[in-house]
Amino acid sequence: MSPVSRGFHHRALAGQESRVPPGQYVTPGFPVLSAGPTPHTPLDEWTFSITQGGQPRKSWTWEELRALSAETITADIHCVTRWTKLGTEWRGVSVDTLLTQAGYKAPYVMAFCDGGYTTNLPVADVTGGRAWVAFGYGGAPLEPEHGGPARLLVPHLYFWKSAKWVRGLDLRESDEPGFWERYGYHMYGDPWKEQRYQGD
Amino acid sequence: MERTAVSGRLSWQVAAVVSVTWETASVATIQLDPPDWAGHRAGQHLDVRLTAEDGYVAERSYSIASAPGEQLAITVERLEDGEVSPYLAGELRAGDELELRGPIGGYFVWEPGDGGPLTLLAGGSGVVPLRSMLRHRVNTASDVPARLLYSSRGWEDVIYRDELGQHHDGARVSYTLTRSRPPGWTGHTGRINSALLAEVAWPAKTNPLAYICGPTSFVETAAAGLVELGYPPERVKTERFGATGGR
Amino acid sequence: MDPIDGNGIGGLLIDAFGKEMTAVSSTCATCGARRPVAELVVYQRAPGTVVRCRTCGNVVMMLVKRGDSIDVDLSGLASLGQPDEDA
Repeated sequence: MSPVSRGFHHRALAGQESRVPPGQYVTPGFPVLSAGPTPHTPLDEWTFSITQGGQPRKSWTWEELRALSAETITADIHCVTRWTKLGTEWRGVSVDTLLTQAGYKAPYVMAFCDGGYTTNLPVADVTGGRAWVAFGYGGAPLEPEHGGPARLLVPHLYFWKSAKWVRGLDLRESDEPGFWERYGYHMYGDPWKEQRYQGD
Repeated sequence: MERTAVSGRLSWQVAAVVSVTWETASVATIQLDPPDWAGHRAGQHLDVRLTAEDGYVAERSYSIASAPGEQLAITVERLEDGEVSPYLAGELRAGDELELRGPIGGYFVWEPGDGGPLTLLAGGSGVVPLRSMLRHRVNTASDVPARLLYSSRGWEDVIYRDELGQHHDGARVSYTLTRSRPPGWTGHTGRINSALLAEVAWPAKTNPLAYICGPTSFVETAAAGLVELGYPPERVKTERFGATGGR
Repeated sequence: MDPIDGNGIGGLLIDAFGKEMTAVSSTCATCGARRPVAELVVYQRAPGTVVRCRTCGNVVMMLVKRGDSIDVDLSGLASLGQPDEDA
């Protein structure tokens, strides 16, 4: 049993316990977590696509995406590495809007990103106002180290599902594991059930 | 034949903090007394673990500043946005306990039998493991010649200033200051580059052994520079800190 | 976020493999590049510790701490061998 280090404090906000899932610690910062180098796709080459079987159903250029109606979202976010950040503010386009325009009929999606990162989600968890393609954070354009120009935002699941540098959603018939899921992380990732690893 | 860290299980142990000495305004050397230390090799590091009352745990790695045989010490730079370094270089005091394990490392190590001549390139707190090597060199009365090029933001940021200022037999220390310089400064200025390395590093034909330590961007530039000068890549050993300093 | 190198996960590698690994020679399964583990590119601040080939950028090793154990995926390595004679 490790001794407590005298005077070492981890800041936690009092009175916010009900917003903090089990096993999480509130952080005032916004840690940058990355599995690889930060990609830098020029905006005039950037597109977001809804694909099926690898074929695009609909694509938007950066200008086209930004022309869609956007929302401001305030959410608590929970990283599987145990930090939680309360009241984060984002700006983005609802995934409902994108899937509706593309027309879809599939139970699952695989988000795919610059740099090769992927993550799987049920369509039910990226619709009904629960997910966005976010291009703004804290009132400013989303920075590259935090996933800019745009990332997926799915705050009700562990934040590894909010894929950085997202370039599209591939509609799937079955739930296949993405990057972290292939390395043992949970297929769904509900922070309130502490679904960090497969088998949890 | 495999060269491993000094033998002994890598278990966590609780060391007593003997002293905390400030090298610069933001850098402190912490002397430690661990109950079960098997010794170490110059260049190795140790892992430190802090536990808060709510059970939160943070771990970091720090290069060992002391030479083999000396009182164990680490040198820590307090980073403004750091989680652990402001505690170690700011709160920790003599009489406290510090949980650690080590020594760790079998690649970025030097002992006199490895030879030289030594080209040592330090970026900021990357000087720590190289200082251990230089002290080991003196303590063993090694005749391996060494050149240290130490890149620092300003003269006030130079760690071990008095100690390094001395020219030991066969060891030359040069500095390059990247952001500010004291009045009358005649040393180098600006970030490390090929021209500076060509002037300061051992020529490739002397078959030198190089150790480079510092932030990732510093190490990349310095290593590429030495390879450009003709150093075989396998004679250039590198240790990168993250952009935020500690590992 | 700048990556570090294999030196920085020396302790984790001892936990995973039971011995010092940074001086050990690695061969990338994707591009064949050979270098000591210490010289691999390490992304530490992630749900797992991601170790990539410095030459081609592909993942060569993944270490995921799960409670008291560590899951290690080495499928990106062609080999992890004897210490590099030159290291």
